[in-house]
Amino acid sequence: MSRLALTRRQLLYGSVEVLATLAVLGGLWAYTESAHSFYVTPLPKILTVFQQTWLFADFATDVVPSLERIFLGYALSVVVGLGLGLALSSSRAVRLAADPVVSFWRSLPPPALIPLFLVMFGIGTTAKVMVIFFVCVWPILLNTMDGVAELDQTLIDTTRSYKISGLDRLRLVILPAIAPRVAAGMRISLSIAVLILVVSEYYGSTNGIGFFVLNAETTFSIPQMWAGTLLLGLVGFLLNAAFSAGERHVLRWHFALREAH
Amino acid sequence: MRGSSSDARIAPVPFSERRAAPLILGTIGVLVTLVVLELISRVGIVPSQYVPPVSDVIRTTFNQLPNSSFWQPIWQTIQSWGIGLAIAAGIGIPLGLAIGSSELLWHALRPTIEFLRPIPSISFIPITILVLGNGLKGNVFLTAFGALWPLLIQTIYGVREIDSVARDTLRSFHIGRLARIRALIFPSALPFIATGMRIASAIALIVTVTSELVIGTPGIGNALELAQNGGNFQLMYAFVLAAGLLGLAIHLLFSRVERRALRSHPSQRARESFS
Repeated sequence: MSRLALTRRQLLYGSVEVLATLAVLGGLWAYTESAHSFYVTPLPKILTVFQQTWLFADFATDVVPSLERIFLGYALSVVVGLGLGLALSSSRAVRLAADPVVSFWRSLPPPALIPLFLVMFGIGTTAKVMVIFFVCVWPILLNTMDGVAELDQTLIDTTRSYKISGLDRLRLVILPAIAPRVAAGMRISLSIAVLILVVSEYYGSTNGIGFFVLNAETTFSIPQMWAGTLLLGLVGFLLNAAFSAGERHVLRWHFALREAH
Repeated sequence: MRGSSSDARIAPVPFSERRAAPLILGTIGVLVTLVVLELISRVGIVPSQYVPPVSDVIRTTFNQLPNSSFWQPIWQTIQSWGIGLAIAAGIGIPLGLAIGSSELLWHALRPTIEFLRPIPSISFIPITILVLGNGLKGNVFLTAFGALWPLLIQTIYGVREIDSVARDTLRSFHIGRLARIRALIFPSALPFIATGMRIASAIALIVTVTSELVIGTPGIGNALELAQNGGNFQLMYAFVLAAGLLGLAIHLLFSRVERRALRSHPSQRARESFS
């Protein structure tokens, strides 16, 4: 009986989710159709332009460079952030010495660095990869250091008494223990990476999704601007969703453990 | 638990020394970093024209301290940041309390919120320029939009985590809705709201500086762009330094507030740190 009640409740809330979301979309559609404003494009028109522009006419010229930049910069920051974080965690003294410096870079609003990187590396892909890397590395670095600092002392002592050391200790004990923390840092870095990518393409670029959108705005191509904005939103959403799926898969033992508690 | 076991290992060290160690080592770390940055510029690993030696940047910053033209952009940034964050809190917290306390409302809005949340608010910069112009209004709108989501989500989670026994007790005693919010819902959600405020404060600063840089609203972002265009790289770095110190100050302030709010919630102490 209670099981049945539960599924009925789930059914109710599930249909509420679907219906309410459809209502939101419908409202948005109705608004954009009736607004008659220069800045508001009807939803079907945005979707048509979206399809014409991104599937796949301008895909290679604007979407591919953007994805390449974010991928390279982010991958570099994960490797360096994790590696450097582990190195800086080798002793308490080193960790304490590194802490204020890391905190400063982590708190610096990242866009402030974009003009500097553009001056140093030009307006091409290198500058964007470098600035994404430099900005995204700090949250990963910091969470790696915090993860190691918060390791369970019993775990460390057990590892020591079983004489597990070197690469085995890193691979079998430390990395699994700090993985949830590192993933938290990586998630933060990913959303910052999207932000920095778009800003650097707004600020100084000759291609990329950000460039496309800002260019559409300055030339008053309003439907194109909306289609680009929609794509930016989708990129942010999809990267986040892919990350969540990956995290759930890699850390499934961690989530199972947390659920059990 | 962890603290006590690690304390046992370093027990012989006197208390004052242990307190002093982070300060001394931290200072050493900062000094080493400054020397390295100075050297890579002086030796020419990076062109000193674009990356001036740190000593020059610090001297420029000190020389700028009496100038009101140096403080004005910083103050303008704080202003846009503060107004945007306040608007986000004014909307996000009450809305979060409302959505979190109604199962129906939560399910109705969940897909929309989950879809909108990961969208970077700066994607709306172009449309904001068109509709709101490049003044304070546009900047504040983007800042509030960016800061809204973490606050809203954290508040909703906070309300939904409330002890169901306490909630049912108040309900069975027919305690009114307003009193219920004041006595149970708000205090229980407070630690989550504090975490949301810390996340939102960092995001708000990022968005503020971004729109200053891209739109040209007066503030640190705009000031450092002007300095760069004028070829005055030392002044540009002085503003980068100011932006970093402002970010650090905001982070320390909101972390402290959060720790205070979390004191009553030991279960929440180990939550992962955001930016």
